[in-house]
Amino acid sequence: MSEWLEATFAQQRPKAIAALSRYFRNIDIAEEAFSDACVKALTVWKQDGAPRDPLAWLLTTARNAGLDRVRQSQRRAAILSRHNEEFQQMPAETPDPDELRDDVLRLLFICCHPELERRDQIALALRIVVGLSVEEIARGFLVKPKAMEQRITRAKKKITNNPVAFETPSPQERSARLGEVSLMIYLMFNEGWSTSAGSDQMNLTLCEESIRLARLLVALFPAMGEQVALLALLLLQHARRHARIGPDGQIVTLDDQDRALWDRAGIAEATTLLQKAQRINHRGVYIIQAAIAAAHAHAASSADTDWTLIEAHYAALYALQPTPVVRLNQIAAQARLRGPEFALAAMETLTEDLSRYRWFHAMRGTLLQETGNHQAAIGAFETVLTLGATTPETIAVKDKIAASKKELGLL
Amino acid sequence: MIYAITIYGEAGVFESLPKARQDEVMAGHGALQSALRERGEFVSVKLMPPTSAVMVEPAPSEGQTPLITDGPYSETKESFLGFYAADFKDLDEALEYAKMISSPIARLEVRPVAWAGGAISSE
Repeated sequence: MSEWLEATFAQQRPKAIAALSRYFRNIDIAEEAFSDACVKALTVWKQDGAPRDPLAWLLTTARNAGLDRVRQSQRRAAILSRHNEEFQQMPAETPDPDELRDDVLRLLFICCHPELERRDQIALALRIVVGLSVEEIARGFLVKPKAMEQRITRAKKKITNNPVAFETPSPQERSARLGEVSLMIYLMFNEGWSTSAGSDQMNLTLCEESIRLARLLVALFPAMGEQVALLALLLLQHARRHARIGPDGQIVTLDDQDRALWDRAGIAEATTLLQKAQRINHRGVYIIQAAIAAAHAHAASSADTDWTLIEAHYAALYALQPTPVVRLNQIAAQARLRGPEFALAAMETLTEDLSRYRWFHAMRGTLLQETGNHQAAIGAFETVLTLGATTPETIAVKDKIAASKKELGLL
Repeated sequence: MIYAITIYGEAGVFESLPKARQDEVMAGHGALQSALRERGEFVSVKLMPPTSAVMVEPAPSEGQTPLITDGPYSETKESFLGFYAADFKDLDEALEYAKMISSPIARLEVRPVAWAGGAISSE
């Protein structure tokens, strides 16, 4: 029975911890109070059945449990007296939805403390907001639990020293917080995606949790096109999870993926979300990236792909985000339209900026192979191997080197 | 009489369940669907999460077009997740079949259909 209830607790946790953090002005007390309430729910719900509004039940119970804890602690008694007036005023029922969404956003934003490394921000959000155990987070980042424990403790200390105002944010502040939190969620997905080491060890925890958080943002802010688009983008990427690692543990590029392995339900949901985001008529970085991913998702094959559309999307993305990596992707689309020689020449301008970026060299290698310049292709692929390629990437690159050597009669 | 078995619950809870529990829920649906298939025509619908929804609100005043809004604001309570519709002898029989998909994370409502067009119309 408890597994069923734990799924409900997990679902309520972000909102509950967020509301309780504002109530107690303290994340630790909020976490303790919430787990007290969950323990109590295990007995009471089993006896009386689950309440119609589990969040309201958990919040009321957690508030009482938290107040008991606060009264028992000297240090915390100070907090209580400081906020005593507010405690009395706080209604016991479910908080106002507008207030609740700002609470959740604030809690996520607190985890995005600017002095924390991005990975620590992500780990903190997974620990506090999602409620993953330290072991689960450590597994997600491929580090030892002990090390992760220390990092989380240190990060937690840092955020308590930098209080974020509990007042309702202004629209500008809210939108700035949404931007920062969305970026953290996006990078959480990428972290999970890029550390996946093989088909047996697909590191999906971070990907799945980032999708859950993106869903939460959309549920709280349904009119924000960028957040709807972010969810669509993550779902589209995630839909390829079973196709991107081959039977030998090698990374399989989009071109060569078996599209029958793509998750059609995920693509369908993402497509409707993208249409919804486009209705909101907003042109941001996630909506463009989602549109690109959707163009791939709806193509029957690589040859069938609308590269003209994709190239135009990358040009639009470059206008918003003029980075060398975006430009590189635009050139990759141009390669399909105008051939490898054109693309290789266009890439020259990026040589300096992207000299340490292994995908630059991998793309160069592939294009050089297409032009028949296998000697230079081998050089480019060998550079990839010196730039921290993951195991699945290494296997794929070594296959490509072997193919070029074969062409040259060296194998 | 055609009865609708409608399913309410909180979106996302199913996904938070361990795999074995998810399989348990799906086994119930599998059993119900094959039992219904043997009896004849039926309809089953699973909705996407509420986050994919767009609302068409009544026009603010006469002569204006309806308002399209970007989906329901965060519901803390349960939402409509999906439904079955099939022909049953009586309420008792409909309830017997509904029990097949009962689980701790879903609330089911069994309600007779007053009118249905298309494939599920019995006359």
